[in-house]
Amino acid sequence: MHSLLGQYLPILVFMVIAGGIALALVLGSLLAARQKPYAEKLSAYECGFDPFGDARRRFDVRYYLVAILFIIFDLEVAFLFPWTVRLSRLGWYGFWSMMGFLAILTVGFIYEWRKGALEWE
Amino acid sequence: MIAAAAFYVFSAIMLAAATMVVTARNPVHSVLFLILAFFNAAALFLLAGAEFLAMILVIVYVGAVAVLFLFVVMMLDINFVQFREGFQRYAPIGATVGAVLLIELTMVLTGWRFLPEAPQWRSAPIPANISNTAALAEQLYTHNILLFQLAGLLLLVAMIGAIVLTLRERRMPRRQIIRVQLEREVRDTLEILQVPIFAGTDEIGIRMRKAISEDRGEAAHEGAESPMLAASHAQSETEGH
Repeated sequence: MHSLLGQYLPILVFMVIAGGIALALVLGSLLAARQKPYAEKLSAYECGFDPFGDARRRFDVRYYLVAILFIIFDLEVAFLFPWTVRLSRLGWYGFWSMMGFLAILTVGFIYEWRKGALEWE
Repeated sequence: MIAAAAFYVFSAIMLAAATMVVTARNPVHSVLFLILAFFNAAALFLLAGAEFLAMILVIVYVGAVAVLFLFVVMMLDINFVQFREGFQRYAPIGATVGAVLLIELTMVLTGWRFLPEAPQWRSAPIPANISNTAALAEQLYTHNILLFQLAGLLLLVAMIGAIVLTLRERRMPRRQIIRVQLEREVRDTLEILQVPIFAGTDEIGIRMRKAISEDRGEAAHEGAESPMLAASHAQSETEGH
């Protein structure tokens, strides 16, 4: 277990350095630079103008459908990873186990294909 | 030592981020704090030895779920001021549900006993000579095949549910079918007539405008045929005319 965590030690060091640099930049500007905030600094600059409307509006639900289907197939691929790593040791039982899993999801894939859920006008 | 320190740092950040998810006024900030909490949870998984789960947490939750949340929160037309309007009215109900949940959690936590062997298992969740992913594979696909197939069924239900809930019946889009277009020949659409002088349309057997418009309607119903082709058909008739 400690060898596993030892492999991740460089990442921890990297994170500490990255966090340190980020903190140093913010704190450095806070300490060294003169702070003189006023409202005009936050106003729209030159050609920029205030937005006319709100960015939130009614939205076609099909975007979410595509996103949800993406997540489902993402999970399917996540299940495939350990299987590919250990396929040589799993034998035929493990192989057909995965084939059954894929068959179930293929049923869903055919369903969504036939329903036209992936169609875009 | 470093592992213990890292554990406390990551859990502290995760708890702080989780608190901010609930209390942040701006929902977009909530989602960003949720992503921070996911990353710290992944780090905690890693510290517990569950390397594969940590990576999957980052890929699936941060890469897909949190982005979907962000998408929903940023795009959806929700007036968040209006959203909080019923707070006073529903506060008692919410407090009741929260109290019940708290009592249940207390009962679970006080009634909880660890097996004597549990601390050993926790400190060595995987065999030493095998990688985490491989260990998971040896358990998941053969020993726990029922749970694995049930997970597949659950994904199928999610997929069908999402489609049933969101897919509206709609007119199929007109699309170009190149094969149908290429298979058309001139004689399918164009008819050359030898028109006698002074002959009317009735004598040479040309259908009247009404019939032509019916023909146009049929062509539009076929779907694959574009209205353009139906129009050219009608045009050939009128040319004969």
